[in-house]
Amino acid sequence: MSEVASSTAPPASLSAPAKKTRLRTVIGEGPITRWILGGIAIVFLALMLIAPLLVVFVEAFSRGIGVYFQALAMPDTMAALQLTLLVAVIAVPANLVFGVACAWLIAKFDFKFKSFLLTLIDLPFAVSPVVSGLVFVLLFGANSALGPWLEENNIRILFAVPGIVIATIFITFPFIARELIPLMQQQGTSEEEASVSLGASGWRTFFLVTLPNVKWGLLYGVLLCNARAMGEFGAVSVVSGHIRGVTNTLPLHIQILYDDNKAAAAFAVASLLAALALVTLAVKSVLEARFAGELAAQRRH
Amino acid sequence: MEVRVENVFKRYVGLAALDDVSLEVGSGELVALLGPSGSGKTTLLRTIAGLELPDSGTIYFDGKDAAGWRIQNRGVGFVFQHYALFKHMRVMDNIAYGLRARRKNKPKEAEIKRRVMELLELVQLQGLEKRFPSQLSGGQRQRVALARALAIEPSVLLLDEPFGALDARVRKDLRRWLREIHERTGHTTLFVTHDQEEALELADRVVVMNKGKIEQSATPDEIYDTPATPFVFSFIGESSVIPVNVENGRATLDERPLNELNVGQLPDGPAMLYLRPEDVTLVTDGGVGIPGLVVSTRRIGGMRRVTIECGLARHRIEFDTLADIPTANSQRLIISITGGRVYAAGGEGYVTERLASSPTADFKWARAEGWEDR
Repeated sequence: MSEVASSTAPPASLSAPAKKTRLRTVIGEGPITRWILGGIAIVFLALMLIAPLLVVFVEAFSRGIGVYFQALAMPDTMAALQLTLLVAVIAVPANLVFGVACAWLIAKFDFKFKSFLLTLIDLPFAVSPVVSGLVFVLLFGANSALGPWLEENNIRILFAVPGIVIATIFITFPFIARELIPLMQQQGTSEEEASVSLGASGWRTFFLVTLPNVKWGLLYGVLLCNARAMGEFGAVSVVSGHIRGVTNTLPLHIQILYDDNKAAAAFAVASLLAALALVTLAVKSVLEARFAGELAAQRRH
Repeated sequence: MEVRVENVFKRYVGLAALDDVSLEVGSGELVALLGPSGSGKTTLLRTIAGLELPDSGTIYFDGKDAAGWRIQNRGVGFVFQHYALFKHMRVMDNIAYGLRARRKNKPKEAEIKRRVMELLELVQLQGLEKRFPSQLSGGQRQRVALARALAIEPSVLLLDEPFGALDARVRKDLRRWLREIHERTGHTTLFVTHDQEEALELADRVVVMNKGKIEQSATPDEIYDTPATPFVFSFIGESSVIPVNVENGRATLDERPLNELNVGQLPDGPAMLYLRPEDVTLVTDGGVGIPGLVVSTRRIGGMRRVTIECGLARHRIEFDTLADIPTANSQRLIISITGGRVYAAGGEGYVTERLASSPTADFKWARAEGWEDR
């Protein structure tokens, strides 16, 4: 059969076109359109993303490296950095647990108030951060129902670390859940069904099947959540009380420095925050490159 | 393991997926659940597996009520339509999953390895144990899914459209191979399919379902030769349907009696005649028969499939002739009906594509052809 085919088919060199045609993609436009579209994208990125980032670093070093490190070494800055990291360290794991639980519930089960719950998850995105902060002031403030009881038991939430943590958790709640829900919904439940039919318990199924299937989505969610937890301004500003060295996070500290006409110091601290964000992005890229094969294999399936 | 389903009902919002279904599957039997999409066959399979809970009714495993059993303890090997392989695990870990998940008598890792290798050999995938599911072809994935289900030594093997997503050639190979595996392992097996050829070729017994009910449960021969309902007749094999009248225990078409047909206990009145292509023969020696006009012909293998219109209402009938008998469109032929089954009118057949016999019969045309006085 193959012999017949090869003897009747013309040799490859003859059947190949003699003239080399220019390589062009089947879809898409000519080179001019492509250049214009590409140019627009690059100019836009440069103006809107790269330029501001550069300005931060340029301004930060405008008074020399000495001033830069002085600004960073200020006790207030160090305190703000510590507080920011502390808040992120509490808020991100908390939202990791809540987000995974929520996404799992919504994607894998059917129940009555599902769409209502989905709307609730989006609430922090829909509400202005300042309003979110005010909600907690109203909830825990001296004039609220909870206020006197909290005062009696000497529990400080507002204008203290707990308030900042709670506001941050509220603001960053949707990131992980929102990342996971569509992914889990698209994956369906048949792998979980296969797992339990093979005798695995619910927890085993969750840790061996459900979680590995969403690990990349989860990682993105955690990184986004972390970036926002470190950078949140509005809600935290309302509940923190701006006590220097005590309840100032990095974004609040930058604002205060800027208001005090210490632009160079403000930008120095801002560069620190920007560097944290860049590290986050770098971690993401490194992980992506490191596990590119596995990622592709999963997407292909 | 013997499986018995008794009076199971299952409704999804307003739709009866299972409507009083009762079924018995003997130990070691290979049973096909056959039906069009939406007939409830997959729901029945999932209910047996414990993936769905029936609204009412009971499922017995070896005579014991399985209602309170968790799915983990049912010992059911389920092969999913799209395999549902764990895509982040290698083939060997997929197959070993059920053994590793065991809490009681969990085998040692070396024993698990040995079992996995045995199963890989059974499904003829030696050497692929280190691959990920995405690096396998559809047929290979299907076999991994089967090996994974067999690994837990299931008491019942349930397969949901096992060959649905494969191309025709691979399907045929896998079908034969599944039959061999069944004979070697002897598991009680149920599989869901919408492909009648698959069901008739593979199964000891075929259960035909429609709209949540079991229409007939019988051997492949019985299903084809003595379909219990018009639905089974029209769903299995090729069929033509024409309305007839029953008078004095005899079917008539346009007042011409069809002598060969057994109408059984049917009362007088309108009825439907269901015909297979082989129930119709061409009258070539000038004998009596039903005249008709050729509408289309097409070649099927060694035979020629002829569609003719006959009777006042131009009912379409399909039958086969030898390929060397020339037929052309608009040619006049005489046929005789030698078989077929008559069902009371109102019974529901399976409508594939309606071979329209227009109720507004073209009388002028019929008269011109001289049919009316014949």
